[in-house]
Amino acid sequence: MWGILRQKVGGATCLSPQGVGSHMLRLRPVTSALRNYSSAAKEMTVRDALNSALDEEMAADPNVFVMGEEVGEYQGAYKITKGLLDKYGPERVVDTPITEAGFAGIGVGSAYHGLRPVIEFMTFNFSMQAIDHIINSAAKSNYMSAGQINVPIVFRGPNGPAAGVGAQHSQCYAAWYGSVPGLKVLVPYSSEDARGLLKAAIRDPDPVVFLENELLYGESFPVSAEALDSSFCLPIGKAKIEREGKDITITAFSKMVGYALKAAEILKKEGISAEVINLRSIRPLDRATINVSVRKTNRLLTVEEGFPQHGVGAEICASVVEDSFGYLDAPVERIAGADVPTPYAANLERMAFPQIEDIVRAAKRACYRSGTMVATA
Amino acid sequence: MGFARVIHPHTLPLLADTRANPIATPSLFLGSTRTLRHTLTHTRSISSAQRRSVVAAKVSDVKLKPTTNLLVTKEEGLEVYEDMILGRVFEDMCAQMYYRGKMFGFVHLYNGQEAVSSGFIKLLKKEDSVVSTYRDHVHALSKGVPARAVMSELFGKTTGCCRGQGGSMHMFSAEHNVLGGFAFIGEGIPVATGAAFTSKYKREVLKEADCDHVTLAFFGDGTANNGQFFECLNMAALWKLPIIFVVENNLWAIGMSHLRATSDPEIWKKGPAFGMPGVHVDGMDVLKVREVAKEAIGRARRGEGPTLVECETYRFRGHSLADPDELRDPDEKARYAARDPITQFKKYLIENKLASEAELKAIEKKIDEVVEDSVEFADESPAPSRSQLLENVFADPRGFGIGPDGRYRCEDPKFTEGTAQV
Repeated sequence: MWGILRQKVGGATCLSPQGVGSHMLRLRPVTSALRNYSSAAKEMTVRDALNSALDEEMAADPNVFVMGEEVGEYQGAYKITKGLLDKYGPERVVDTPITEAGFAGIGVGSAYHGLRPVIEFMTFNFSMQAIDHIINSAAKSNYMSAGQINVPIVFRGPNGPAAGVGAQHSQCYAAWYGSVPGLKVLVPYSSEDARGLLKAAIRDPDPVVFLENELLYGESFPVSAEALDSSFCLPIGKAKIEREGKDITITAFSKMVGYALKAAEILKKEGISAEVINLRSIRPLDRATINVSVRKTNRLLTVEEGFPQHGVGAEICASVVEDSFGYLDAPVERIAGADVPTPYAANLERMAFPQIEDIVRAAKRACYRSGTMVATA
Repeated sequence: MGFARVIHPHTLPLLADTRANPIATPSLFLGSTRTLRHTLTHTRSISSAQRRSVVAAKVSDVKLKPTTNLLVTKEEGLEVYEDMILGRVFEDMCAQMYYRGKMFGFVHLYNGQEAVSSGFIKLLKKEDSVVSTYRDHVHALSKGVPARAVMSELFGKTTGCCRGQGGSMHMFSAEHNVLGGFAFIGEGIPVATGAAFTSKYKREVLKEADCDHVTLAFFGDGTANNGQFFECLNMAALWKLPIIFVVENNLWAIGMSHLRATSDPEIWKKGPAFGMPGVHVDGMDVLKVREVAKEAIGRARRGEGPTLVECETYRFRGHSLADPDELRDPDEKARYAARDPITQFKKYLIENKLASEAELKAIEKKIDEVVEDSVEFADESPAPSRSQLLENVFADPRGFGIGPDGRYRCEDPKFTEGTAQV
């Protein structure tokens, strides 16, 4: 539907290499198809979405500044902060020495006094050097000071595996940060997510951990005119139903949303209608949306790239069991990364993270369509 | 080129067990010398290249000027004295209350170190910030947090400065710019550096032209070996932030002697290694501390960058009220007790005719009453209500606050479509 609308409207739309599949990703519920969208055929990469969000927020509020390694003269390790140094100067786009603990703490200290820092970690693996500040001096401060000192800080950077970067560069931190009260943890998928959630995070008066994905940076997604508006924001703590279905609920975040959508396409051909939920927010977790969906479909499959034990999927499964146990027709399925440090070899790495076939297989298992048991990782 | 001095380290028995071989006399401790070296005041006039080669100023034995030119006026003297007495009496009362069960958990007392807190903090303005460690009661009191609020916080009552949610180790006061209170040593240093960064940012980016707020970071000798300390020395000097790193070197990190833990025990030397002046001062003498503090705070306010000040001091009690304090040599404790900063300062005030015995006694009596009143107030205050458990986790739990229709903005159904205007 939506895809067809686009092709009719935008004859000159150039579909990016991922665009061939991406127009399917934008299936919207029937109600919104009746909305009067002006030519919403513009596409934007996640990288540009993040860059434009940062740019607009820095222009709107002089208290916002960016700090991290290579954010200035190098234009950003992944070019997310490209052009910002020239526009805003070195006082607001601060290149730091390699001192995660130091500059994360400096960010927190400046947030105590009302500035709005955006601290970039080159990857969230390096945030482990600064985790004391993210948790102890950022997340807990509003509580410890009984509301006197809030910390309007954003910690952002790529999270999770990339391609062949080895064990120390591939961990997903959604579960770790998602367990800490006092933090808000956001996981954008599409460009619209990236723009809306980053703007919301910067404007939020509390510490936000913003987990991006390196492999999504280059992916292009269509963005509506509303999303391009400089006051566009998405709410924190609300998941999005990317695709409606009635047979099984698949929850995913970040890159796995794309995989889940592709798996849903495959499942459709086999007669299983999957509802895909893009979590968008790990903390607060949108339990309401997930439970409403499970009560409709009666089956649940959670997908994540992180380690399985104590992961995001474990939390979702537990919350669904707590809230909607009577509605479940099958045991909840949980797909996560393999319980090993990430290997380097390409074939092993592929086995260490969920692939589309894994999602399809697990979905069929939940629907009692396949007889084979898959070995757990 | 007279400023590039090589300070010869004293022949200290660095590896000796301090119990068997205690430091002979206090004045030979870690390089405190009898001769006056040149002070920081000269650094202003030399070029920056030369400035980097200034090793340090060792202002440990500032010769007190003749009585016609005293270091403090009467008002200043009495203010500082009152602050030191408040610190001492308050901490003693904390010990009493702890053993009576009114206070609980980890309580770290500041007895003996009052000269550092009063010497530095009484020179600050309200907008200047103080960041401390878990030994933070007296820093909060010196900065102006009322004794009642601190005592209630320690009792865990809802009238405490953090409504009972912080406790002994997490004193925060937005009004008085006390930015904590951190249990992890070294954690406060980057936060303090950030507060100093804000001061510079406000002046340069937000164009608040007269923003000259400085930040003081207090921490101990153990912290001076921690990675975050060095990261912040580097960045503070690199960006010339208005911060003063105050090391309260009381020689002991719980039971670990500073000499056993540190390759080079002279902490002030770490300043010049990063490009800022390093100063060593006798932290048992409040006037010497005050002189050094004036210079360092002045430097920071003028935009000349950070300073590292090492104060040689001592804690008369154990690390915390749960510490049996068996490892420290009683002789060492006796020696430092003889240098009690309050007794020294009292003597100075009386000898230089700045105050009479009666006036000082009146101050002590007044402080006794203040502290007793704070205990009564804390006792009578209510414990936090059950609903307070879940409060204050977020400043804005629902995000985006309340919209014009009085409901939470994110409950607006249009929000999920990503089209709501904020």
